Amino acid sequence: MGIQPETRTGGALSEPLLAADPFTVDGVAFGSRLIMGTGGAPSLDGLGEALEASGTELTTVAMRRFSPAEQGSLFELLVEKGIRVLPNTAGCFTARDAVLTAELAREALETDWVKLEVIADETTLLPDPIELADATEQLVDRGFKVFAYTNDDPVLARRLEQLGAVAVMPLGAPIGTGLGILNPHNIELIVARAEVPVVLDAGIGTASDAALAMELGCDAVLLATAVTRAQDPVRMAAAFRHAVAAGRLAAQAGRIPRREHALASSPMEGRAQFL
Amino acid sequence: MNTTTTIAVTINGEGRQLDAGATVLDLVAAATGREIGPDGRPADGGRLGVAVALNSEVVPRVRWAATPLAAGDAVELVTAMQGG
Repeated sequence: MGIQPETRTGGALSEPLLAADPFTVDGVAFGSRLIMGTGGAPSLDGLGEALEASGTELTTVAMRRFSPAEQGSLFELLVEKGIRVLPNTAGCFTARDAVLTAELAREALETDWVKLEVIADETTLLPDPIELADATEQLVDRGFKVFAYTNDDPVLARRLEQLGAVAVMPLGAPIGTGLGILNPHNIELIVARAEVPVVLDAGIGTASDAALAMELGCDAVLLATAVTRAQDPVRMAAAFRHAVAAGRLAAQAGRIPRREHALASSPMEGRAQFL
Repeated sequence: MNTTTTIAVTINGEGRQLDAGATVLDLVAAATGREIGPDGRPADGGRLGVAVALNSEVVPRVRWAATPLAAGDAVELVTAMQGG
């Protein structure tokens, strides 16, 4: 129809808004608020494409025994793509093991950033609060920048921040469950009281979960399985890229209050009268 | 250096025989198949992306060349793998 204006792309309008609002942690600014982990991908090629589609600038890796067959290709892939590495301490059950793993990661990858993960058992993979607090203290003493993977417990999150964590990363639901954010109220409480960035980590199942995390006020979202084990990881990675950006914009835009009754958005005055 | 005898060590949980007098640097060079300078960095200027724990203590790369291995040592050689 001739009277329609030319098509405008929403991206062109939203990109400057997003660019003016970087995610900053430990003094480093990232354009993307999505941290995509590398866990669970069946192949490195597929992983590379998914990372690219996600737009992530920071990714997690695990430290495992070197095998000549695999020869550091993941590390090379990340270096090639210019994605910063956040090593984790996945699989550690004690502060001692987590500290040693972090030391190995710092040495191997030449970064003092560490995603601290100290789990209690293999069924829940939930963080062990006592060991987690102990490890945070030890790592901060040793000069690490600790990204603490924590339960969705506002008290524990606060304690980890007081111990010197540079970011707290509460779980939405247990790792790999895809159950979403089980306790949004706790996440809001953590956000309200935190003075360091809050990263929603674990439990994300689909794009709307990530958008919700951002709407609750989180500074970023960390996920891996939701992309790497999706039927189409590249498409899902793109979905998360948009969801995180959308959630962030919505959080800052100031949503309307919830109302009990309807409120017409079209004026009642000036209606045509039909006899 | 006496290279006529060997020592038994454990590398990533597997028993191995190394030449007596072998250092951590020798071990890393052999495992990665890359030439490594005395500073523990690859001679080709790239990045190695590995770390070594010797009997549960991290050995910084700058000390690899000066750290000989002894019979019975347990070495962990790790790198970045996929993880969330």
